[in-house]
Amino acid sequence: MTELPTNTAKKMGLVIDLDTCVGCHACVISCKGWNTENYGAPLSDQDAYGADPSGTFLNRVHSFEVQPAATPSQPDPAAQLIHFPKSCLHCEDAPCVTVCPTGASYKRIEDGIVLVNEDNCIGCGLCAWSCPYGARELDLAEGVMKKCTLCVDRIYNDNLPEVDRVPSCVRSCPAGARHFGDLGDPNSEVSKLVADRGGMDLMPEMGTKPVNKYLPPRPKDQLEEQIDVLAPLLAPVTETPGGFLGWLDKALDRLPGQTSDQSSGGQA
Amino acid sequence: MHPAPSVILFTTLSGLGFGLLTFLGLGYPGVTGWVAFVFYAIAYALAVGGLLASTFHLGRPERALKAFSQWKTSWLSREGLCAVAALMVMGLFALGAIFLQQDWRLLGILGAALSLATVFTTSMIYTQLKTIPRWNMALTPVMFLSVSLAGGALLAGKESWAIWLLLLAGAVQLAYWGKGDGAFAASGTTMKTATGLGGNLGAKQSGATVRAFEPPHTGSNYLLREFVYVVGRKHAFKLRAIALTLGFALPILFLALPMENLLIKHLMAGFAVLSHMIGVAVSRWLFFAQAEHVVGLYYGKR
Repeated sequence: MTELPTNTAKKMGLVIDLDTCVGCHACVISCKGWNTENYGAPLSDQDAYGADPSGTFLNRVHSFEVQPAATPSQPDPAAQLIHFPKSCLHCEDAPCVTVCPTGASYKRIEDGIVLVNEDNCIGCGLCAWSCPYGARELDLAEGVMKKCTLCVDRIYNDNLPEVDRVPSCVRSCPAGARHFGDLGDPNSEVSKLVADRGGMDLMPEMGTKPVNKYLPPRPKDQLEEQIDVLAPLLAPVTETPGGFLGWLDKALDRLPGQTSDQSSGGQA
Repeated sequence: MHPAPSVILFTTLSGLGFGLLTFLGLGYPGVTGWVAFVFYAIAYALAVGGLLASTFHLGRPERALKAFSQWKTSWLSREGLCAVAALMVMGLFALGAIFLQQDWRLLGILGAALSLATVFTTSMIYTQLKTIPRWNMALTPVMFLSVSLAGGALLAGKESWAIWLLLLAGAVQLAYWGKGDGAFAASGTTMKTATGLGGNLGAKQSGATVRAFEPPHTGSNYLLREFVYVVGRKHAFKLRAIALTLGFALPILFLALPMENLLIKHLMAGFAVLSHMIGVAVSRWLFFAQAEHVVGLYYGKR
């Protein structure tokens, strides 16, 4: 049924660290691989080797550029590139579930995972319309809605070694930027991480109450304040050239004509 | 939003058909026999034709019957139920009028109410979506209902009402465009709230600017095709003028012109209906094509 549970015992979800993500897209590929071979219909591609390829993905990595504002201590701050993985946030108040006319979309009471029963999906697309995050994509080959299952077929799978019982994206992340756990338990590792790092909701004004949290990028280090142990060794050997070069430098300075800044002594 | 022809046809034709059924149910015109048959045939062709068109955009139309099950939460499910109930009740009422020369008043009023409820539930499918600020307004159902009633009065031949209802619908249409143009900005959703980057969160980042640097893939995808439709936006103003002229101004003119000859009068009414239908279809095309989904923010397209 498409009525949302008033409360779920657990709130399984992801914590994504925007400070750590290197934008390698390994999670995108491993997600596509696992979910093509397992739960539900495969994630199809259209015109995969042609001029206009596209396909169904449950996890996509965007990249944003953040230009910090100038401050007295940093008048000319460098722009930061933030890689931004985005998949279903398994919202507590999931609008995609309540709009579904057939009951194909549902939120599990036991762990809060939002799933689609593909046998009941008519492919009307209304759930994708209602999702602010673009987490749902209609598979063009199958005509049904696809979305992140939080790898429900891995996390409880006794046939897998214990280390693999996490979502595929988490298992494959080489940077450790994706964390999986129960966000309903304040003492879980992921909940502590969110508390320590100021984890945030995406589009909180939409009222969806996402379970997945994003950890904001930390401010960049200030290199000027550090003691550079190599500095003495890297300093120029001569401030003003002597000998033949010194004579040449002076002789050239005396010649009429323009002298550029760097010409005398090598130091501005 | 991608303006799917099937959905534009559906909202235009069904809106008109259920508008006509509303008037027939209320007894305007209180026709019986063959005349009633023609009226009901037109109303059912429009309403049912529209509903059938709406199934063409489904990925799995063969499972469409399942859509009647979730009326407790889903406006789409409620719409399906209302439509079927309205068509069944009005079908019974029509049988009475055509074959038995009967006017079952209570049944007619119930059918009229269900017909209006169908239009209302259709509009709520769009109105409920917070993700599309231009639709998420109280004016959206008002617009759908006023257009449906104006079209219904026009088809029912209630000319004096049709003129006033067309004027009202035209005014609502203008107000809808006016308010809709500022809806996205008023929603408060920006790239900063979408990404949580550079701004609203944490004093350290205040004043920073965020821009989309690279999309996830070089190619297009379902989200971009469905939600980030921008083709034809540049003609929006012209199309609005066309919609307003054909949908409301011209039909009013056709109805208001004093005609002695009955044939010409009917011809003019026919022109009014045609012009109205094209105008409403153009307006519905704009309704979808101009609707901006917030997911576009992640792609730097808003």
